Amino acid sequence: MPDLLLELFSEEIPARMQRRAAEDLQKLVTDALVERGFVYEGAKAYATPRRLALNVVGLPVKGQDVREEKKGPRVGAPDAAVQGFLKSAGLSSIDQATIVSDPKKGEFYVALIERPGRATQDVLAEILPAIIRSFPWPKSMRSGASSVEPGALRWVRPLTSILCTFGPETEEPEIVRFSIDELASGDITQGHRFMAPGPIKVRRFDDYAPSLQRARVILDADLRKDIILHDARDLAFAQGLELVEDEGLLEEVAGLVEWPVVLMGTFDDSFLAIPPEVIRTTIRANQKCFVLRDASTGALANRFLLTSNLVASDGGATIVGGNERVVRARLSDAKFFWETDQKVRLEDRLEKLKSIVFHEKLGTQYERVERIAALARELAPLTGADPDLALRAARLAKADLVTEMVGEFPELQGLMGRYYATLQGEQPSVAAAIEEHYKPVGPSDTVPTDPVAVAVALADKIDILTGFWAIDEKPTGSKDPYALRRAALGVIRLILDNGLKINLRQVVDGHLARFAANRSETENAFLVENLLSFIEDRLTVLLKDQGARHELLGAILGRYSLAAGSQLIVIPERVDVLGRFLESDEGKNLLAGYRRAVNILRIEEKKDGRSYVEAPDADLVREHGQPEEKVLSEILETTARHSREHVMRGDFAGAMLALSELRPAVDAFFETVTVNADDNRIRQNRLRLLSAIRETMHNVADFSCIPG
Amino acid sequence: MTREPAHMNPARSFQGLILTLQRFWAEQGCVILQPYDMEMGAGTFHPATTLRALGPNPWRAAYAQPSRRPKDGRYGENPNRLQHYYQFQVILKPNPPDIQDLYVKSLEAIGIDTALHDIRFVEDDWESPTLGAWGLGWECWCDGMEVSQFTYFQQVAGFECAPVAGELTYGLERLAMYLQGVESIYDLNFNGLDGDRKVTYGQIFKQAEQEFSRHNFEYADTDMLFRHFRDAEAACRKYLADGEPEAGANDNRHLMALPAYDQAIKASHVFNLLDARGVISVTERQSYILRVRELAKACGAAWLRTEGGGLASA
Repeated sequence: MPDLLLELFSEEIPARMQRRAAEDLQKLVTDALVERGFVYEGAKAYATPRRLALNVVGLPVKGQDVREEKKGPRVGAPDAAVQGFLKSAGLSSIDQATIVSDPKKGEFYVALIERPGRATQDVLAEILPAIIRSFPWPKSMRSGASSVEPGALRWVRPLTSILCTFGPETEEPEIVRFSIDELASGDITQGHRFMAPGPIKVRRFDDYAPSLQRARVILDADLRKDIILHDARDLAFAQGLELVEDEGLLEEVAGLVEWPVVLMGTFDDSFLAIPPEVIRTTIRANQKCFVLRDASTGALANRFLLTSNLVASDGGATIVGGNERVVRARLSDAKFFWETDQKVRLEDRLEKLKSIVFHEKLGTQYERVERIAALARELAPLTGADPDLALRAARLAKADLVTEMVGEFPELQGLMGRYYATLQGEQPSVAAAIEEHYKPVGPSDTVPTDPVAVAVALADKIDILTGFWAIDEKPTGSKDPYALRRAALGVIRLILDNGLKINLRQVVDGHLARFAANRSETENAFLVENLLSFIEDRLTVLLKDQGARHELLGAILGRYSLAAGSQLIVIPERVDVLGRFLESDEGKNLLAGYRRAVNILRIEEKKDGRSYVEAPDADLVREHGQPEEKVLSEILETTARHSREHVMRGDFAGAMLALSELRPAVDAFFETVTVNADDNRIRQNRLRLLSAIRETMHNVADFSCIPG
Repeated sequence: MTREPAHMNPARSFQGLILTLQRFWAEQGCVILQPYDMEMGAGTFHPATTLRALGPNPWRAAYAQPSRRPKDGRYGENPNRLQHYYQFQVILKPNPPDIQDLYVKSLEAIGIDTALHDIRFVEDDWESPTLGAWGLGWECWCDGMEVSQFTYFQQVAGFECAPVAGELTYGLERLAMYLQGVESIYDLNFNGLDGDRKVTYGQIFKQAEQEFSRHNFEYADTDMLFRHFRDAEAACRKYLADGEPEAGANDNRHLMALPAYDQAIKASHVFNLLDARGVISVTERQSYILRVRELAKACGAAWLRTEGGGLASA
């Protein structure tokens, strides 16, 4: 069975796009083949900085033959109809059609059309240009003289040649001929830009990959990664050091070379006075180099590993020398920033935050810090932090944004604040809070536990949420430019992981007042409730991911909404307790009784056009009621009281237990008492009893959310 | 290499480097221009790049352009940063298919042996908010150091480039430092001579760096600069209006695209000075950039209606 080899050779493809591009190429080509009925045995795509390649093995030589009967007009139909039929069936004379007789329709013509399957090669020549022209690069460009033409090819960088062969392994494969603008497909590729320039004739994948390897190109990115990783580890080991592994960097570096050569460079010891994170960030971001650490102490070593794309004639000495120069210059800059930054105390930087606009409608970073500080101070007693420390940490939390170091490396925000705070003698918890107040950044990030950090982290997130709600810039659909979903999830995790008893309604109500605006009380309330329900949505997503059932969440949030002042911390526990209760026999039966009561009520209330929420007439029950009715009436009163007390005390399990006291009475009532009594007074009173069951249960959880 | 005198060797002479690049690109059919006679932030602002990138006419040019970045002044104390430095700019329109090879050959011409040095093309897309321009390309690395920017212009002044031009920008000081093996810009040998006759980069420019840093950060007259900005903006608009053909004329040609564009360049540089003086707030900053962009766009539109912009050949 024949194989297809396709190579799209171009100028350097951005490293971050290569893997995805190879996957896209494979999917687009194989999908297009399958769609046309061409099955294949296997396919694999590859990417290097200069090429995308695809190998599809086990394709048929041609597609399936198709036999088709085409029904024509009846015998004796007008000539126009006959001519039309001949044309559409591809016949030259009506004699070529057969006549078929049908008892209902009489005699009519039928043409037997036989279409031989098309040669795979021809189909490929049709499919591939279309795929290349519409390739889903994240960013693409036009180039060269042909760029004036409308519909000129857009590629990630200029596409310089196309190799495309097809054929069985026993024979000489053929070129699949097609062109893109002035570029015609062929069977030529090129080796390494510097070490093996020049054309290489290729037949199929079996000689393509080895030819490239001889021409100093390793086609498979994973293989390049392996080589880099192992060479890096070996070089480190030989010096008694350990590679600081970095998967993201490894992936990127493997996309920057066709022939990886790992080399070790050195920098001056004195740079080790700079925080290790800074050294690593500098060397990684600017130089795409790995750093190393002492295997025993874990301390950063004054070495780095670069991955060059060249087996240099001097063994790499020049390359190492050049990289060392750049690393030295970068580290000198970093050292300069590190030393200059220490000359100004963090609190003296706050003034500068006045010139940084946080958001045009939300004012400057300075104003934001003032709000966060006030809020953190308020939250401190709830997180168990010293209010003065929380205030101090919040004040200083953003000061590092105006340091030289963070200006250069924004990803070091927080961390630098912590270093500078420690150096200027701040309390350890204040320094730690400066770093940790951004956390948790994502769902897998750790959550701060130090009370000061927790207070500032919460204040930071509540401020951002309240602020953007105040100016009506909420996330919509997939658009969440200010990462407000992440902030809401942060609030939730900070509260849950630290067991904080916080009434978010109160906190947000209070914080909203810090955003000046002309809003009525009603508008404010609406805004706060909308934000709290957004937080509830995030909580729902989180708890569902952890296995909580949707209806239980609804039942609990329906009763204990954040807007109503419920504490967020109680919600997961109550969902849990409710779930367990409803799985017990008590729970199941009570729920059945509840449903029966609710169903009857719904029907009767609709029929009567009124509700029966008022309390049942106890005297009437005593005088005329059946014994089961009396028992229910009495027990309802105590259960309502007990469950309410438990709820008030926050003892949700107790409230559940109280409810379960209802169960035998409810069961007995439905077994013996007919609600729709002839005497309407008694009927209505019984409906009020049912309503009391509903109210008593709703006071504990919104059981109407639990489906039958 | 031809038998140049030693003091012309690009590996030991700053001017030798410039001359070698000029010669190399002259051989590729470029017109070798002299620097544009106005202050600008980068070689791209030169009308030979910005305006000539627009329209259908083929164009090949190369030139060294002094570039002013007022904010990068360091009072002559930082060995790597200057508020006035040189860029060597090449523009090839349409970009020839072998432009990358030509670039590599230009490195070889200045003495970078590709059997010894690790040359890499690392993704770096270019965007100039003030010029309303963008393109895709790379920063070109030599042994881990960025020595050039390489861009395929896709849009300039808000207009699609048709055809696309390839732009190369060499950071001359950085390249020369590497070639000469010095750690400070100021130690660069400018004329390639030795002993008494040697002139260093520092001898020529250190005083200027000190004085202009003072000027840029402390003393530049901001009232005057704000006025200059408004004046340049108004002048640009005026020349654009004045250059319009008379009503009813059957020739739609614009007659003053170049003088108008000079004013856009001026506005851009004045803005950079004001920015360095720290008198433009973050919010205002955006609006100034937008104002310059509007000028650049209007000039680009006018240019497209000139002979240079391809009107005659269209």
